[in-house]
Amino acid sequence: MSRTALGMPTIRPVHGHGNLHADVDFPTAAKEEMANIQMRANIRHATHTIRGKRARVVEELPDWQELRTAGSALKEQVMANLPELLEQFEKNFTARGGTVHWARDAAEANRIITELIEATGTTDVIKVKSMATAEIDLERHLAEHGITATETDLAELIVQLGHDRSSHILVPAIHKNRHEIRDIFLSEMPETDDSLTSEPRDLAEAARAHLREKFLSTSVAVSGANFGVTETGTLTVVESEGNGRMCLTLPDTLITVMGIEKLVPTFQDLEVYLQLLPRSSTGERMNPYTSMWTGVTPGDGPQDVHVVLLDNGRSAVLADPAGRSALHCIRCSACLNVCPVYEQAGGHAYGSTYPGPIGAILSPQMTGITAAENSSLPYASSLCGACYDVCPVKINIPEILVHLRDEDVRTRHGERPPTEQRPTEEASPGLAGRLFRRLPRVPSEMDVMMKGASTVMSSGRRMALAEKALPLGRALAGRDRAISWLPGMAGGWTDERDIPAPPRESFRNWWADHAAETEDRVRQDGGSRHVPAPDRADHTDEEDSP
Amino acid sequence: MSTEAKSEVLARIRGALQDSPDAPQVRRAYRRTSGRPAAEIREMFEDRLVDYKATVHHENAATLPERIAELLGPSARYVIPEGLDRSWLPEDTIGRRVLVESRMEDAGTVLSVRDLNEVDAVVTSSTVSCAETGTIFLSGRPEEGRRAISLVPDHHICIVPAASIVELVPEALARVEPTAPITMISGPSATSDIELERVEGVHGPRRLDVILLT
Repeated sequence: MSRTALGMPTIRPVHGHGNLHADVDFPTAAKEEMANIQMRANIRHATHTIRGKRARVVEELPDWQELRTAGSALKEQVMANLPELLEQFEKNFTARGGTVHWARDAAEANRIITELIEATGTTDVIKVKSMATAEIDLERHLAEHGITATETDLAELIVQLGHDRSSHILVPAIHKNRHEIRDIFLSEMPETDDSLTSEPRDLAEAARAHLREKFLSTSVAVSGANFGVTETGTLTVVESEGNGRMCLTLPDTLITVMGIEKLVPTFQDLEVYLQLLPRSSTGERMNPYTSMWTGVTPGDGPQDVHVVLLDNGRSAVLADPAGRSALHCIRCSACLNVCPVYEQAGGHAYGSTYPGPIGAILSPQMTGITAAENSSLPYASSLCGACYDVCPVKINIPEILVHLRDEDVRTRHGERPPTEQRPTEEASPGLAGRLFRRLPRVPSEMDVMMKGASTVMSSGRRMALAEKALPLGRALAGRDRAISWLPGMAGGWTDERDIPAPPRESFRNWWADHAAETEDRVRQDGGSRHVPAPDRADHTDEEDSP
Repeated sequence: MSTEAKSEVLARIRGALQDSPDAPQVRRAYRRTSGRPAAEIREMFEDRLVDYKATVHHENAATLPERIAELLGPSARYVIPEGLDRSWLPEDTIGRRVLVESRMEDAGTVLSVRDLNEVDAVVTSSTVSCAETGTIFLSGRPEEGRRAISLVPDHHICIVPAASIVELVPEALARVEPTAPITMISGPSATSDIELERVEGVHGPRRLDVILLT
């Protein structure tokens, strides 16, 4: 992350681990996903439907922009005062009988949760849909310790039973249609038989029957949280099906995993987010159920209540002033639904738990731009800006995408060697290793090209000389007046598209011949103005500035 | 518990905030108080509830017991929280019986979740309701009971006193005790997880009857 040096001892950003990586670069992954016609049809239908619903309910509120402004400002306040707010939250949550745990990374969070579950003596837990637990890969970690975590959200259950991956923040099984879901239920739910139809009503009923006994008998639940209220220590979960209420109410022990950025300062602040979130997310005026709990309430709900405050790279995001607003995200997924790239590529192409435009900025920031193939994610955008327009907390996603592209380019081209060439701290410790890690990479073809272009373009004379080569480009273009092949690295561009043949004459030369016409016209109109003519290639130029 | 983890996370965050960012003042320029007449607000609330596929009834103190009897049907075991006004309820019959639930063992019955799973319905009151979003707030007061009783039974009859309806979310939130166990209910449980087709009734009560009490 780019940071301004302020003369204070610097704590290096510590990046996150877990399900945050694209293991395959985005263009390759997208190409593969785009061959899945069924998935693309499902995603197109879903994104367009939610988009329409969202637009209708947002239009209904005369003060939507004021709510967005407040939502954004509140999150800026939270980020600026995060250490104090976290400590206050801990104090208030603890005072009400809850226990607060701190996790530096995914591994630490998983270890804490596993130990808490093991201490209760159970090997079965129920889960509420949560991005944070997906991010840390909790389910797999628990399985390795002999603990079965059952997803209770319908979509998450479909994904879990289908041994599949989520493809959308809000509707994780959006890539499956009703017939595919019926097949999964038939093969994975022993109590179902051929009489099960593929009607959504029947499928939901099957899920209800399948999970009812689990809800009544399981003594430990794991959840995420949408908001944590600092001044009261209150946690909040928004949901639709009632599976959340079941998990938050019926078990004896409740373990909640919450990213450190989820705090809001006061209970009153929820009045902003509880308006912004449902309308942006499901396109409803309000989601069916919202639960709030503050520590332990005697005689009502779990009496053993924990919260795990998770960093896992969030502090690294915070360290970059140009990118930290990505932490304002309230996980509504509105940006996914309007993104032309997401619509075509689908959620799996992004690799990470966080897909779509927000994932394209959040994942590489949390893991560091050089981790796995995450540097390809900021390019997964046409920079059309639709994501910024719909963001309920006004995260300027396009601006951060450009910022991260810049960071990637600087990283690639000499300022920092990429991960694969950089010896890790463990592999080569000591001074020599440190020095080597700082070595710039050998300049690439791209660097040489950019350097060359910079030399040419910074001088009017050299630029004019270069333009003399235009006829060569025309010769390269075929009869269709398009260049479809370029050599070397520039060929990356022509792999996917044609370049129109260059014009007969450069604009600079054309202007030199025609500038006088403008002056003539101005004179005819009675004005007086001097329009300087540019130098032609055969004129002498004054010496270039460095 | 690791205090080391806490100090390190806090140190990382402080390190990340070395530029001491200036946060803007929060301007609450959005609507915080309603200017609409009560009748209009009530109408809006009803419109939203119907949109969510809840059923809405208008009753007064005299007609309320009869309506509850009708909604329960001739044969039903239903649960109420101990603080609910008994004058709202119909007389028990051979087929219809009320169970009074207490959350403290020394004050009466505490139903197990399996008991609750066997009852047909629950009747509760409510704290406040927000018309603009069609949301009813329960906050564990004696006339609302603990959270489990309004969750496990499949039919929730919820009484909303007309005076407790406000128009806006900020007005509603200001009327609940923040540290109480709060449940916000906007229609019956629902899912749109399969091809985005909305299905009412998954795990929470599949039937929600709202009685507006004037």
